[in-house]
Amino acid sequence: MLSEATLGKIDREVAKYPAAQKQSAVMAALAFAQDELGWLSKDAIAAVAGYLDMPAIAAYEVASFYNMYDLAPVGKYKLTVCTNLPCALSGGVHAAEYLKNKLGIDFNETTADGRFTLKEGECMGACGDAPVMLVNNKRMHCFMTPDEIDKLLGECK
Amino acid sequence: MLELELDGQKLSVPEGSTVIEAAHRAGVYIPHFCYHKKLSIAANCRMCLVQVEKAPKPLPACATPVTNGMKVFTHSDLAVKAQKSVMEFLLINHPLDCPICDQGGECQLQDLAVGYGDGASRYEEDKRVVPNKDLGSLIATDMTRCINCTRCVRFTQEIAGLMELGQAFRGDRAEIMSFVGKTVDSELSGNIIDLCPVGALTSKPFRYTARTWELARRKSVSPHDGLGSNLIVQVKHDRVMRVLPLENEQVNECWLSDKERFSYEALNSAERLTKPMVKQDGRWQEVDWNVALDYTSHALRDVAKNHGAAAIGALVSPHATLEEMALAAKLMRGLGCENIDFRLRQSDFSADGHRRGTPWLGMKVAELSGLDRVPAVARVLIVGSFLRKDHPLLAQRLRQAAKKGMQISVIHSADDDLLVDLTARAVAAPSRLPELLAQVVKAVAEQKGAAADPSLEKVGAGDTAKKIAASLVSGTNTAILLGNFAQQHPRAATLNALAQQLAGLLGSKFGFLGEAANSVGGYVAGAVPAGEGMNAAAMLTDPRKVYLLLGAEPELDCADGAAALAAMQQASSVIVLSPFKSQAALDYADVLLPVSPFSETSGTFINTEGRVQSFHAVAKPRGEARPAWKVLRVLGNLLELGGFGYDSSEQVRDELLGGKPEFVSGLDNGVEGVAIELPSAAGMERVADVPIHFSDPLVRRAPSLQRTADAVAPAARMNAAMLAKLGVAAGDIVKVGVTEGNPRGTGGTATLQAELDAGVPDNCVRIAAAHASTASLGAMFANVTVEKA
Amino acid sequence: MALLEAINPLLSAGWQKGGHEWRLENDTGWRLKDYEARGGYQSLKKILAGKMSPDDVINEVKKSVLRGRGGAGFPTGLKWSFMPKAAPEKYIVCNTDEGEPGTFKDRDIQRFDPHAIIEGMIIAAYAVGAGRGYNYIHGEIYELYQRFEQALDEARAAGYLGQNILGAGFDFELFAHHGWGAYICGEESALLESIEGKKGQPRFKPPFPANVGLYGKPTTINNTESFASIPFIFRIGGESFLDLGKPNNGGTKLYSVSGHVNRPGNFEVPMGTPFARLLEMAGGMRGGRKLKAVIPGGSSAPVLPADVMMDCTMDYDSIAKAGSMLGSGAVIVMDETTCMVKALERLSYFYYEESCGQCTPCREGTGWMYKVIHRIEHGEGRPEDLALLDRLTINIMGRTICALGDAASMPVQSFVKHFRNEFEYHIENKKCLVPPDVQRAGSSFFTRNMGQA
Ligand SMILES: Cc1cc2nc3c(=O)[nH]c(=O)nc-3n(C[C@H](O)[C@H](O)[C@H](O)COP(=O)(O)O)c2cc1C
Ligand code: SF4
Ligand code: FES
Repeated sequence: MLSEATLGKIDREVAKYPAAQKQSAVMAALAFAQDELGWLSKDAIAAVAGYLDMPAIAAYEVASFYNMYDLAPVGKYKLTVCTNLPCALSGGVHAAEYLKNKLGIDFNETTADGRFTLKEGECMGACGDAPVMLVNNKRMHCFMTPDEIDKLLGECK
Repeated sequence: MLELELDGQKLSVPEGSTVIEAAHRAGVYIPHFCYHKKLSIAANCRMCLVQVEKAPKPLPACATPVTNGMKVFTHSDLAVKAQKSVMEFLLINHPLDCPICDQGGECQLQDLAVGYGDGASRYEEDKRVVPNKDLGSLIATDMTRCINCTRCVRFTQEIAGLMELGQAFRGDRAEIMSFVGKTVDSELSGNIIDLCPVGALTSKPFRYTARTWELARRKSVSPHDGLGSNLIVQVKHDRVMRVLPLENEQVNECWLSDKERFSYEALNSAERLTKPMVKQDGRWQEVDWNVALDYTSHALRDVAKNHGAAAIGALVSPHATLEEMALAAKLMRGLGCENIDFRLRQSDFSADGHRRGTPWLGMKVAELSGLDRVPAVARVLIVGSFLRKDHPLLAQRLRQAAKKGMQISVIHSADDDLLVDLTARAVAAPSRLPELLAQVVKAVAEQKGAAADPSLEKVGAGDTAKKIAASLVSGTNTAILLGNFAQQHPRAATLNALAQQLAGLLGSKFGFLGEAANSVGGYVAGAVPAGEGMNAAAMLTDPRKVYLLLGAEPELDCADGAAALAAMQQASSVIVLSPFKSQAALDYADVLLPVSPFSETSGTFINTEGRVQSFHAVAKPRGEARPAWKVLRVLGNLLELGGFGYDSSEQVRDELLGGKPEFVSGLDNGVEGVAIELPSAAGMERVADVPIHFSDPLVRRAPSLQRTADAVAPAARMNAAMLAKLGVAAGDIVKVGVTEGNPRGTGGTATLQAELDAGVPDNCVRIAAAHASTASLGAMFANVTVEKA
Repeated sequence: MALLEAINPLLSAGWQKGGHEWRLENDTGWRLKDYEARGGYQSLKKILAGKMSPDDVINEVKKSVLRGRGGAGFPTGLKWSFMPKAAPEKYIVCNTDEGEPGTFKDRDIQRFDPHAIIEGMIIAAYAVGAGRGYNYIHGEIYELYQRFEQALDEARAAGYLGQNILGAGFDFELFAHHGWGAYICGEESALLESIEGKKGQPRFKPPFPANVGLYGKPTTINNTESFASIPFIFRIGGESFLDLGKPNNGGTKLYSVSGHVNRPGNFEVPMGTPFARLLEMAGGMRGGRKLKAVIPGGSSAPVLPADVMMDCTMDYDSIAKAGSMLGSGAVIVMDETTCMVKALERLSYFYYEESCGQCTPCREGTGWMYKVIHRIEHGEGRPEDLALLDRLTINIMGRTICALGDAASMPVQSFVKHFRNEFEYHIENKKCLVPPDVQRAGSSFFTRNMGQA
């Protein structure tokens, strides 16, 4: 289910923890699995659990607890916009509305072409740079004015 | 000890006690949901909030350690307000439809809501709805009722040993679930039904069949494994509706295995034999009791007169009561026959005549976990046991002890996951077990600088044996336990003698994990041959003219089902005393006498630690079934044997035990003058387990248990190397044939699916016994061939 | 700003950057060589070479009166002294799970000064006798997690981590662990659960992490800024650090200023700096509008009305006296265009969304509070709702395992207390006291040239 490359990355994470604590690598491992497969199917979660010698339900608990794991397929680009109060005071909600209009979708929806999924995010710890959005969990974009958003959407092929 | 004041009452409690434990001692009830004395503390429900002097806020009694001089108020204004507010929060998303809830009447939430709830809720929003989960054939779910106390999750992790349930998602979206689409397969799963304080997890077989207040609660004792769990049997109109644990810290604590909890379904089985039946001219007739008993007594008397009483053989189920066994033995002896045995799955009887006493656990059950009193020095070696499935609750005790530091090692022919950290394990073909145990004896002798028995001169200890020995030697509180597989082993006497040597060297205890409810009781009742009498195996290899079967189904319950079936078929008369009519018995028997299962008779089981546990009938016998002790009494009288004038089963017991002691005397695992035989391995060996839900006539007929993962049909399980060697792939159909080791020679075959099982040793194939599909293979321990069908 | 560079230069080479220069690849100064050039790792060298004993180190930190920068303000030196001496296996954990709305200071420290964190953690490990450490980094700043891993590689290569550090016979391994979207993992025991590969549900205390922490072993856990302040404390001495601030409030601190100001960002000032001065540093009120309210310590701290806030100085004691908390030092500034009901609705949703779900009052209560505030905001409020909210907060506060229950309740209590008229107006008139177009004008999304003000 998981490629050698992904397993190699997981191995590197496992090495960070004491020998009897392989399970500590589960968060990173699930994130890598999600990178590779696009989302975390039940089989993907079971594969990660199996690789780390932990019960599948324990991995599922983790996958369902943390917001950035996707338990259902998402578009090629998942855009998560922070709308929490500090961001909202500086346009976070408006940035999200702008995106909704542009993409023709609401939060938790995916564009018909499968390119974009829009998510509402909670505080990303970047409130001074509002509006803030994450692309595919790992890349943060700050000060997202309409122009910047248009530019970003254009770059997401 | 710590001093505290609880609601004005002065108390002293041991160091490390929590407030809720202190309250429990004082007899003060603090409402709670998530706390359970056998589980880790979660402190998540917040129902147990109490006031503690000087603490600015209410504290959870379950998680707050007692400190010296502490003053606790469990019913102060502050405490009650806090408790009531928690109750309000619990109820906002809980359906308020107790009248249609299966837990109604035995729901802790319902009970507490009456005392702590405020009539009308201020909550007017939509209630949360949580999808139900399919957890298998035993546990029904109504997850909207769940209050997220996580007792069930902690149970699977901590007591059952494998996390099969979890709390997924977060906040008020949290849901208790198994991994997507998976059932809960633990052999202890039913306990989560008891643990669930609301109606989220309920018994699937019991569901909606009765309300708790319609049920009579009666005490009984489990008729299955050697533990003798204490039961509460719930009965409505003489029908057993449900079985629950009766708490007994010395025996089953507050748990039951699923087998013990759900086997009651068999009591209501359509296969129940409810009328005496006699076969005449090949046709079965329902007859009156006196006709059937007349027929039976004539058959016994005639064969004794014409062929000698030794032409009779009596096979007694080890699940029969002490009284039934005693009267069967008395009957046989009265006829002048010594051919009686209850050790149906045993194949080596060479220790008979060499035993110092009745084989038993060698210690109290509670000592198994008590071995951990100084955890760092407790050591256990388990030889030949499918521990988790054969003794689910003993396995659980050892699991808890291991967590506190007990070291456990295993010698066995399968590497099943015991869900416990093992210090060392030696897994090899069945024929190799004596040698492996001998190696440990040798290694222990070497490590202790003691002399080993001269018979072990040629034995050289391997690394694993040395590792096991090192673990054993490093402890001071040690036990050697021989499991069912060791007792069924063709060199059982050797294993016994070696365990004895090992215990001698270590100064440790050793004993047997009793296979059945009356594995000790059978000896006490004298249901074993004396003198020239034939044992269970001999009665089959040298077939008898007449058989008396007490609760036994020889084709499934004996060490060699094929031999048993052949013996029954050739007999001129087979008299069956059983609660059930099976197709096999209908074929070979000529009298079927309906006798009561444990629920419909009084009687006694003596558990593996020698504990005498008597019980009463919980329901009236079904149809014309009668307690077997009464049937045997009448037979004794009809045969004019004398000494059968009993008025009650208690009289039988008291005569045998001299009253009702707590424990029987004469328990001793020692053997003398048993030759040590260390066979060498050759050929392909069968590893035969007796799966938990095939093991006795009752459980075989419990439909819900038969739908669990533990009841899958037997397969031919081999490791990858063996499969490759045979050119077989997992999933292929294979033909298994018996080559040697079978007392009746070769011949039996079975067609099975091959399966990969990395835990099966080389040169072995694991094929379960006690199942119709494998009975034809004969002896449990035999050499076999496997080829692609 | 010369003053700032003279004091604890937490953001070293990059703090003044902003706006569209915000590109990680534009950063300079975070690498080991730059850190060393700024005097980095001198404190560690001094401690190890000068043979300061672990107790000496702890005493020096006690003298600095550094109070934990994660929110609770617990004295760091005292916390370190709770670690059992004899335990063979101990851990140091850094809490960079910054997710409290309004707080974004740790991200900038990670970004501009990762080695200050590393050096601080090494010194802490030496002081408490820990052999291993983890820095738990908020999932949303994954790029900085990767940067931190690079910084760790540099430190390892330079012999600051690993076996026999600087030849002083002291071993310490340090690793990074990332979160993946759960505010609750900022709570220290939830964070430890998360490192153990479980969902982040806080543990009941006692036992505290100093006795039973990561993997059940004694563990010291501090905030990023707390650790990053350590090297500086040893550079100038504990007492001098204390003197930078005011009594009982040692040193300088980073304040994250967000909301309706012209130049949101992090500002490092001495403890006790007047709020007015901080506001000025943040460029003053956006569009010159009037200040309405300030949440002075992250979203969990009670909101304060403008007049109360203008009288405060930025330190634990002053803010506490005013009825709020300095918390993590996140200052959320709201002007007159803000609808306080809507603002509270969004915060309540946050706590509802982030409750871990174990405690009954928090699991059930946060959702209930949100639903009530939501219906008030949407014109469906009832006269009895404010009393209900009040009761709910009372029934949640102090009755849960962790402080999230309190954190969710305090905004509700304080918003309703200080801006009751707005709530009542909503309930009576089924609409906002602040007209929608005014609210819209408050946002800078369509008007402002971001970050260039
Ligand atoms: C709900 C909740 C969230 C928290 N989030 C953070 C956080 O993001 N960062 C942090 O350093 N401390 C956070 N804390 C405080 C930590 O539990 C802990 O007190 C702190 O990390 C200790 O470090 P310090 O003593 O250096 O402040 C949070 C606490 C709670 C109850
Ligand atoms: S207060 Fe809330 S977040 Fe904290 S432990 Fe309890 S349920 Fe979880
Ligand atoms: S019983 Fe104490 S919190 Fe649940």
